[in-house]
Amino acid sequence: MQSTAHAFKDNVGTALADPNLQDSLAKLKVGFSERRRQAAERLPEFEALRDRARDIKNHTLAHLDFYLEEFERKVTALGGHVHWAPTAADARRIIADLCRSVGARTVAKSKSMVAEEIALNEHLEALGIAPIETDLGEYIIQLRNEPPSHIIAPAVHLTKDQVADTFLEHHRALGFDKRLTERNDLVAEARYVLRQKFLDADVGLTGANFLVAETGSSMLVTNEGNADLSNTLPRMHIVLASIEKVIPTLEDAAVLLRVLARSATGQESSAYTTLNTGPKRPDDLDGPEQYHVVLLDNGRSGVLGTEMQDILRCIRCGACMNHCPVYGAVGGHAYGWVYPGPMGAVLTPQLVGVEEASDLPNASTFCGRCESVCPVRIPLPKLMRHWREREFERHLTPKAMRRGLAIWSFVARRPGLYRRLTAVANRVLSLFGRVEGRYRSLPLAGGWTRFRDFPAPPAGGTFHAQWQAGRKRP
Amino acid sequence: MPTPAPAAPSRRVALFVTCLVDLVRPAVGFAAVKLLEDAGCTVEVPPLQVCCGQPAYNTGDRATTRAIARQVIDAFEGYDAVVAPSGSCGGMLSHHYPTLFDDDPALKARAENLASRSHELISFLVDILGVDKVAARFDGTVTYHDSCSGLRELGVKQQPRRLLASIPGLELREMKTPEVCCGFGGTFCVKYPEISNAMVGEKSADIAATGAGTLLAGDLGCLMNMAGKLQREGQGIRVRHVAEVLAGMADRPAIGEPDTGAR
Repeated sequence: MQSTAHAFKDNVGTALADPNLQDSLAKLKVGFSERRRQAAERLPEFEALRDRARDIKNHTLAHLDFYLEEFERKVTALGGHVHWAPTAADARRIIADLCRSVGARTVAKSKSMVAEEIALNEHLEALGIAPIETDLGEYIIQLRNEPPSHIIAPAVHLTKDQVADTFLEHHRALGFDKRLTERNDLVAEARYVLRQKFLDADVGLTGANFLVAETGSSMLVTNEGNADLSNTLPRMHIVLASIEKVIPTLEDAAVLLRVLARSATGQESSAYTTLNTGPKRPDDLDGPEQYHVVLLDNGRSGVLGTEMQDILRCIRCGACMNHCPVYGAVGGHAYGWVYPGPMGAVLTPQLVGVEEASDLPNASTFCGRCESVCPVRIPLPKLMRHWREREFERHLTPKAMRRGLAIWSFVARRPGLYRRLTAVANRVLSLFGRVEGRYRSLPLAGGWTRFRDFPAPPAGGTFHAQWQAGRKRP
Repeated sequence: MPTPAPAAPSRRVALFVTCLVDLVRPAVGFAAVKLLEDAGCTVEVPPLQVCCGQPAYNTGDRATTRAIARQVIDAFEGYDAVVAPSGSCGGMLSHHYPTLFDDDPALKARAENLASRSHELISFLVDILGVDKVAARFDGTVTYHDSCSGLRELGVKQQPRRLLASIPGLELREMKTPEVCCGFGGTFCVKYPEISNAMVGEKSADIAATGAGTLLAGDLGCLMNMAGKLQREGQGIRVRHVAEVLAGMADRPAIGEPDTGAR
């Protein structure tokens, strides 16, 4: 996916002016957070589980090489294949070669953010191989030729009416010429259309929520069952996953699953939890003949051992964006790339470059709500601040901001000067503003007064001036 | 939560005024002094204090942040407690300063010492001094916004509500989402004014829906943001720092109201 993260501010303008998006976001903000809260409250050990989930991921990251090699050994022993992809281009090439090796014309895909990250669909299409998205949300946005706007609810930016229009437009040729208005009817129509595509697909491509080192299994959770059809019907199953998805044991998976669904959708568990462990065995009734796992690095190993390492704990539940007031105001597309919201604001600069995505870690009030709900306790505001520090060191911080800060810091480090200047500022602001009580516009404060008034200080001077003068009441 | 200790009459408290209170709303500082003195503290205002350094810290300028933190550490040496009428400045001192000096054990120790003595005003009154009521009266309805740093870094949630509940005549009407950020975020509100405006617009709708006559919170930055939006929208809701009401100083013009100069 081509990044537009550099155009964040323009994207924000578009998002705020889109009434359909704003309608959808209004629902998302209430729905997800309320369901997550209830799910967390129903489980007394939820907070303790979050600690364990964090510890499991920390342990794995500290021994990532060991667990990845262990995973590879197990997959190979089962008759599967592991492919190491240092870069996105490597992953695309490996997958394209695999598809061509079986003469694939269509690939049934279940939702994979890593596939978005490496722009797999565009690559396959260019080679004449048709990728078919089978997750309902992904299917909708594929028809509309849009990128996902959320990591677990890719079409969450759309209203039901928009989906109805999209289906009518694209399904008419298949004989569906009635515009549907009920949610269930829309789902039923999509199921019907997709069923034949599963049967026709030559390759099934899925992501993975976890890779279990002790068994060599890839693990997937969905609510639609589409992944199960993607990985059992076609003769080749390709799992595309990034390296930090590996965890040591099934026991660990059980802990992570318990926090994942609750944090994501407020469910106790997702409707389908599927383990794929190698290709079809001789006495199995179904399953793929070939089982391949493509392990993508794409810059992640460079995060290990740095102050940003905590972001690799992320299990992609989406809770941070569901609770983020900035995401709630502008939606996922404004972030300009695959991963939106707080986790995206940390991960995107790493994966596409901080020059490209310099706005993302800055577009946060550090309200901390993301960290307060993260199932693996990633200190997201702290990591965003680290990016700001790197930007400042590399002079990527906007010039006006740097200049303002330099002046402010010169003054703030000289208490005597600071006191004199604030006394003048207080006096001027008070003198010209106290009759009205506030300013509707102020020089140098247009960012503020464009949308809100600025209060004038009451007469009497700064607090320090009054205190020095021995006053005890304002 | 610490066990409430009886207020030691000799407790020497330094007020960290905060730069916004100093410049825009001195009444909050005086309200803080009154509340602390009523609780038996001796209050001093160290003259060498300026800002806590958040503008630099949140812009990624670590060197300036460290320089300012050193200055604050010096200014507040030796007091039993350092109290700020702000959750975000309080959190800066008590949670973030110690992380600035990982390469300097001596300074880190001093930062940790300051951190252990630093408090947000209302939680200091309730959790440390054991205050459970105030001598004030307020006739009207209020709603209370939980500022983010106070709420999530310092656990300030019930303390202000507990003290407000002790005020005769005051009725608290909760918002639907009092814990959602108002969109201030320090420099955020001028770096990303459109997003900030969308956030504070939503907040002002939530405030207005309570029907309360007065909005209260514990951080002046958030209060100025919400007051400015409510006033721009022409909502007739008055806005004050919670300390003003708790200290019985709500007779003065509210934030952004004309000051007739009457003393």
